Amino acid sequence: MKRSLFGRLWPNVTAVVLFIGFVFPVYWMFSTAFKPTGDIISENPVWFPTDVTFEHFERAIGVDHFWTYVTNSLIVTLCAVGLALVVALAGSFALARMRFKGRRGFVIGFMVAQMAPWEVMIIAMYMIVRDASMLNSLVPLTVFYMMMILPFTILTLRGFVAAVPRELEEAAMVDGCSRAQAFRKVILPLLAPGLMSTSLFGFITAWNEFPLVLVLNKEAEAQTLPLWLSSFQTAFGNDWGATMAASSLFAVPILILFVFLQRKAVSGLTAGAVKG
Amino acid sequence: MTVQTERPPSGPVDVTKRDESGLAGPRPRAAFRAGGLTPYLLLLPACAATVLLLGWPLVKDVLLSFQNLNMAQLIQHVTEWNGVDNYKEVLTGEDFWRVTLRSILFTAVNVALIMVAGALVGLLLARLGKRMRVLLLVGLVLAWAMPVVAATTVYQWLFAQRFGVVNWVLDKLGWHSMADYSWTSSQMSTFFVVTVLIVWMSIPFVAINLYAATTTIPSELYEAAALDGAGNWKSFTTVTLPFLRPFLYATTFLEIIWVFKAFVQVFTINGGGPDRLTEILPVYAYIEGVGNQHYGMGAAIAVLTILILLGLTAYYLRIVLKQEEDEL
Repeated sequence: MKRSLFGRLWPNVTAVVLFIGFVFPVYWMFSTAFKPTGDIISENPVWFPTDVTFEHFERAIGVDHFWTYVTNSLIVTLCAVGLALVVALAGSFALARMRFKGRRGFVIGFMVAQMAPWEVMIIAMYMIVRDASMLNSLVPLTVFYMMMILPFTILTLRGFVAAVPRELEEAAMVDGCSRAQAFRKVILPLLAPGLMSTSLFGFITAWNEFPLVLVLNKEAEAQTLPLWLSSFQTAFGNDWGATMAASSLFAVPILILFVFLQRKAVSGLTAGAVKG
Repeated sequence: MTVQTERPPSGPVDVTKRDESGLAGPRPRAAFRAGGLTPYLLLLPACAATVLLLGWPLVKDVLLSFQNLNMAQLIQHVTEWNGVDNYKEVLTGEDFWRVTLRSILFTAVNVALIMVAGALVGLLLARLGKRMRVLLLVGLVLAWAMPVVAATTVYQWLFAQRFGVVNWVLDKLGWHSMADYSWTSSQMSTFFVVTVLIVWMSIPFVAINLYAATTTIPSELYEAAALDGAGNWKSFTTVTLPFLRPFLYATTFLEIIWVFKAFVQVFTINGGGPDRLTEILPVYAYIEGVGNQHYGMGAAIAVLTILILLGLTAYYLRIVLKQEEDEL
C-alpha cells in the first residue's frame, strides 16, 4: 500500500496552493491596512510590508459618527440576540422535551422560517416601518434582526436541550424541584455552552446584516457598521488604505469569534437545521 | 382506499387505551389538559414573533403587489389598488424574463463550481496528514468567517483597475491588455468577480461539512470493500459516494437557495451595473422598487421571486426531512 512519491506529494502541494488562495484576500486586507500609502499605490505590489503605519486606521475611525455606528451596531446586535435567546429557549424546551400535537409541524415551520427570503422582502418591510413612522430608528432593526436569527436559535437550542439527559431533570424533580426549578437549576447551567455558541452565531448574522439597514435608516445617527463600511468607497474615492483598515476593524471581531467557534460550527449546524 | 378508511378508527382506539391506562378520572384528565397547554404557551412568543415579523411582511408584500404605488402615492399616503396590472406588466415585459434567465444561469454556474470544488476540497481534507489538514482548515475557516460586506470591499481592492493585485499578476503573466482593466466595465467581468467572491466564500462550508461527514463513515465498510477486491476508485464509488449522497443533495439545495438570493455580493460589487446588466432577481426587485420608486412593481417582482424560492425551499426540506424522519 505504499504510495509513490508523487502520490504523497500532490495532496500536500494542492493543500498549500489552496491555503494561499483562501487566505490571501484576508492577508491582503490586513497588510494593506498597515502599509504606508506609498506601498499601496506602487506599480509593483509590496507583498510583505516592512514599514507599519496606523494612519489608515486613524482616518477610518476619524470619520464622522464612527462611534455612533459602533454603538448602534452593538445595541442592535446584542438586543436582537438577547431577545432571540429568551424567546427561543422557551420554544426549544417545548420542542425538545414535550410531546404534543403538531410538534412536527412547528419544527417544519421554523425550518421554513429559517429560509425566509429577507433580501427580497425589504420593500414590504420598508412600507410597514414607514407607516409606523419608525424610519431611522433602531427598534425595527432590532426586532427584525431578532426574527432573522430566531428560527436558527430555536432549532439549534432544541438540539442542545435534547442532549441534556432527561434523568438529571427527573432526579431533580424527585428531590422536590418543580419542573421550572429543575429547568433553572439543572438544564440551564448545562446549556451554557450551547447558549454561548448559538448566540455567537446570531451575533455574527446580525452584525453583518446590510440590505435592511440600507433601506430603513438613511440618517447617519441610526446607521450601523456595515453601511459605514460600504460607504467608504464613495466617501473616500480610492483611499484603499482607509477602506482596508475599516474592513479589518469590522472583520476582526467576527474572525476571532468564528475561529473560536469553528468546531461548534460544524456540529452546531449539523445539530440544527442543516442536518448533514 | 381501504387503507385510508381503516386508518381513522385506529386513532381513537389508541386514545381510549391511553385513557384506560391512566385510570380515566376527572383529576388525571385535568392534569393532562394543563400539561397539554404548556408546550403551546412556551411556543407562543416564538410563533407570535414569526407571524408578526415574518408573516406580516410577506402578506404586506402580496398586498403591495396589487397596488399602484409610486413616488406620488407614497408621499400622499394613498392606496390605489390596480388589480393584477403590476403582474401583467412584469410578466409581459422582456426585462423580468431576461433577469430570471440570468439569475438561473448565475445560480447554476455558481452552485456547480461551489459543489464540485467544495467536494474536492473536502475529500482532500480527508486524505491529508494532520498538520496539512489543520493548515488548510485554518485557511478555509478564515474565508468562511469573513463578513460579506468586508469581503466585497476586499475583492473590489483585489480587482481594482489601478494598483489591483489581480491586474498586476495578469500583466506579469504576459496578458498585458489586462494591466489597466476595469473589471466593473462589462457584464461578464463583473459576474466573474462576483462568482469568484461567492465561490471563495462558499467552498469552506461545503468542504468542512463534507469532511466532517466522511469521518463518520464506518471504516468497516472500507475494509469490507477492500476484502471484496475493490480498489481506490471502486471503494470511493461504492462506499464514500452513496454515504455522502444525502448530504450532497441537501447541501446543493442550500447553496442554490443562498446563491439565488445573493443580494449583498452583487449589489455592493457593482450595484447591478453596468447598465443594469448584472441584476439578479433580488437586486432587480430592489432597484425597480426602492431605487426607481415603483414600489408596487418591485413588490410584484419580489412576490414572484419568493414563489420561486418557496418552491426551492420545499424541495430542500423534503430532502432534509426524509433524512431525519425518526428524529422529529
